[in-house]
Amino acid sequence: MRRAAALLALLPPIAIGLLAGAAELRPSRDFLSPELRGQQEDPSRHPGWLWVDEGEVLWQEGERSCQSCHGDIGSMAGVATRYPALEQDGALLNLEGRIERCRTQYQSEAAFGYESEALLSLTAAIATRSRGLPMSVAVDGPAAAILEEGRRLYETRQGQLNLACGQCHDDNAGRRLRGDVISNGLGTGYPAYRLEWNTLGSLHRRLRACSLGVRATQFDLGSREYLTLELFLAHRATGLPVEAPGLRR
Amino acid sequence: MNMLGRRAVLVLPALAAAPASAQVSSVGPVAQPAEAESFEAAERAILAGRTPVTTGIEVEVPRLSENGNSVDISVKVDSPFTAEDHVTAIHILSERNPYPRVASFGLSARSGRAEVATRIRLATSQNILVLAETSRGQVRRASRDVIVILGACVEGG
Amino acid sequence: MSGSLITARITLPATARRGEVVPVRVIVRHPMDRAIDAPGLTPVPRRILHSMRVTYAGEEVFRMALSPGITANPYVEFTTVAVETGDIVFEWIEDGGTVYRREARLVVT
Repeated sequence: MRRAAALLALLPPIAIGLLAGAAELRPSRDFLSPELRGQQEDPSRHPGWLWVDEGEVLWQEGERSCQSCHGDIGSMAGVATRYPALEQDGALLNLEGRIERCRTQYQSEAAFGYESEALLSLTAAIATRSRGLPMSVAVDGPAAAILEEGRRLYETRQGQLNLACGQCHDDNAGRRLRGDVISNGLGTGYPAYRLEWNTLGSLHRRLRACSLGVRATQFDLGSREYLTLELFLAHRATGLPVEAPGLRR
Repeated sequence: MNMLGRRAVLVLPALAAAPASAQVSSVGPVAQPAEAESFEAAERAILAGRTPVTTGIEVEVPRLSENGNSVDISVKVDSPFTAEDHVTAIHILSERNPYPRVASFGLSARSGRAEVATRIRLATSQNILVLAETSRGQVRRASRDVIVILGACVEGG
Repeated sequence: MSGSLITARITLPATARRGEVVPVRVIVRHPMDRAIDAPGLTPVPRRILHSMRVTYAGEEVFRMALSPGITANPYVEFTTVAVETGDIVFEWIEDGGTVYRREARLVVT
């Protein structure tokens, strides 16, 4: 009976992939096993919420705390649905970059640093306020050209394995690869707790792992390349829900 | 390589029993012996000459684990849970991990039931052994095989 | 008794009747670094929480010995009998001796 249950747990994502077809994008949680999906929805068991808890504490810390300008962290509802965004001065910022800008320009503090525990915690705490809300990034005006940069990166074959993102995440979503089920690669669950990392990590960390996976150049965390790709992914996920903090294998 | 040869092992002393309640068994931290202890030796040490029974103990662990970094395991042991007859300790042992003693739980009559759960790391497909001790000196034993697709001790991107 | 703060989520029912068996869940933020020392890998010294003890109404009611085989950010479920309104106190001891502490209140009717 246990073996049947284990096989049943593997079937639904594959069935979804075969039924959906290349054009239909599905929330990343649809590609999780029932066990992991259940855990993702349960804050008493999902380790990612430990970072949210720490972020909520950081929100209130310091003389010029986030709270001193923004009030209660609840005011951040909807913010994660609008990032990455092109700022007035032409800077392309994701949520991490926006937080660091606040930190250095308005709080007169040193930047946390990409992938630092503090930045991960604050990003998770803020992104969580948009959990369930549909992605809705702006791609008009000057952002249109950046969207095209990101789209080119997504559609270009790369690395020794000579694969473009869409070949896995559009054409083969739902199929298994190295013990994992391929999702649509939306990015809506980030920052996410990945079992493989034994910790919470950013989307750019995950993108670096993808680049490594096809034996392509890994760009830096916070690089222009990953930011434009992130904008493209966010636009591609328009209407689909924010799932941060995600739980991934 | 034994990383713990010279490290002091803290042993938590058991508290003195309050009136009308039973004392928690002195489980202490998982003591790492000077020489690496084998899976078989760990089981023998816990049994201490007792013959275990295989009834009255339920272990839930997936037959197939997608990721060895986090495997859910739960244990339920039948027991009347009186001051005189209750489960005092539950041990989880791994056949193939670097350290066979994965976890030990210390219970008392104030636990009410013997129901524990945790998440463990599994290096590879292997056998998991659970031993439960009672205040009457009985031992219950359950064994489960787990297939692990991606082992815990693998570093990726 | 004092201890350093650690991030943890403790899940208990808000209230319980006297004598009721109460399920408790706790997840604590800790990397549980297993010792890694192999060619090609970045060396990482072992640093884990090796013990957890739970005290309630004047007595230790539960303890756990943890090893490097426990998943990072350890998750545990156990039960305890509702005896009286009071704090359920969790203490963790880390390799090297640092003690961490968190509490959760159980109201018993």
